[in-house]
Amino acid sequence: MRQLVAFVKKEWMEVIRNGKFTILIIVFILFGVMNPAIAKLTPWLMENFSESLEESGIIIGEVTVDAMTSWTQYYKNVPMAMIVFLLMFSGILVVEYQRGTLINVITKGMARWKIIVGKSFILTLLWSVNYWMCYGITYAYNAYFWDNSIAEHVAVSAFCVYLLGIWLLSLMMLMSVLFDSAAGVTVGTGAVFFVSYMLSMVPDLQKYLPTKLMESSGLLSRVGEVEDFYWALGIVVVLIVIQLVGAILLFNRKRL
Amino acid sequence: MNILTIQDVSKRFGSRQILDGLSFNVPEKSVFGFIGQNGAGKTTTMKMVLGLYEPDAGEIRVKDEKVTYGQNKTNRYIGYLPDVPEFYNYMTPTEYLKLCADVTGTSAEQAKKRIPDMLDMVGLSKDNKRIQGFSRGMKQRLGIAQALLSSPELLICDEPTSALDPVGRKEILDILSAVKNETTVIFSTHILSDVERICDKIAFLHAGKIALTGTLEEVKNVRGGAGLEIDFCCPEDAERFGTICEDAKFLSGSKLLYEKRTEQDMKAMMRILVEQDISIQRMEMLEPNLEDLFMEVVNQ
Repeated sequence: MRQLVAFVKKEWMEVIRNGKFTILIIVFILFGVMNPAIAKLTPWLMENFSESLEESGIIIGEVTVDAMTSWTQYYKNVPMAMIVFLLMFSGILVVEYQRGTLINVITKGMARWKIIVGKSFILTLLWSVNYWMCYGITYAYNAYFWDNSIAEHVAVSAFCVYLLGIWLLSLMMLMSVLFDSAAGVTVGTGAVFFVSYMLSMVPDLQKYLPTKLMESSGLLSRVGEVEDFYWALGIVVVLIVIQLVGAILLFNRKRL
Repeated sequence: MNILTIQDVSKRFGSRQILDGLSFNVPEKSVFGFIGQNGAGKTTTMKMVLGLYEPDAGEIRVKDEKVTYGQNKTNRYIGYLPDVPEFYNYMTPTEYLKLCADVTGTSAEQAKKRIPDMLDMVGLSKDNKRIQGFSRGMKQRLGIAQALLSSPELLICDEPTSALDPVGRKEILDILSAVKNETTVIFSTHILSDVERICDKIAFLHAGKIALTGTLEEVKNVRGGAGLEIDFCCPEDAERFGTICEDAKFLSGSKLLYEKRTEQDMKAMMRILVEQDISIQRMEMLEPNLEDLFMEVVNQ
């Protein structure tokens, strides 16, 4: 336990001192504020553009915005935030391979699984804090400007995307054990996501795939039922466990 | 007792056979010099002892426990100094050693005492800034501090002096000589003067095998005696002596060299000098040096 705590502390010190923690907080606050801000600015923007749009034959009627407009923005922006997060941490293990910093820790008798678990823990913590903070900011502004009650299943929908993020993090850990460069990790993670995305073109498979969780925003406007996501949620949880266990087993045999 | 036993170990990377049936022992409480050219397989051998590489064949034992690849339990006896030690740059030496103490399971109380002691020993107690700005020599010294922190029974140093300037080298060698009463040191290098300075026992690694091993004295005697140099008063004496005792090499008009001679040969020559009434200025048994041995082993 002492080894694990020491390693988590080391990881924490790393994200604080190299500034990644601050950057993440700033990025996620920006994303959180941007959603209601864009919604709030939409009528004003439309008005400004209406003249030029009219000239090209598009006539704009009255634009109404509400909490739903802001939530729509939220689900457009969250994938961007997720990509920023993944790119920032694509080197979480490979940088240590390249610099040889793990050699010292491992030859001192650190159990290898604790390295994977410690790093996964910090990633999950950072993702959770930042994601729910971003969600909280959007939620609070929406409640202040409009009314969140017009959207259904707000929390469930957000949770689906949150869990999708955790799945990608564990996938990135597995890729970090398989590859020795950050580029390999990014491409590997992206490739698996892409495969899931392509497979979702097959209607029969769709509900079993992790990428199904991206559609959870539909729940807000009552497109589909919560039950439709049960399969995907369950499978994602199983995949997270398999990926982490796989990462640990492979890391135990990895040549450093 | 042997702290480390390597038995018939082979390792191949792709088509290159790095080690081919390597065997040797390291006795406790010695400074063991592991000598070889660049690329001879010294680092590979050390990494296998640490369980970082998997041998293709053979067995390695530390304190009679088998070394396993990956998760290796015998690492708790070992302190390791890599050739180019790398640390977390955002930490200070004290923070780094604290992490090491937590990983090795050194008690908090002991760590509190030992960390300043270690930093003092390697001369870093005044440099408690982040490792980021450290020179290579400072990193090497911090490397020794972290390797010795848990008072390991075996200290493995991979070319600790190769990349350092003469001052840095001397500092590292002094530290290593200072710890040799507490721990066994294995020390790989291709700098032979370092070996002569601090090692008790040495092994030459060549072509994947140990070409020569023993104490420093034994190894030096392997060549069957050293050179014998005689300086005569005048060239005529030298010439006359050269015709009596053959196989001489003329270094100059009055200076002769006989290769591979023992003390017995020396005494015999002295008798001849007396019998022939030849006077000399100087007669010297030359110390065999490792450099020659090394070249001989490599050129075999």
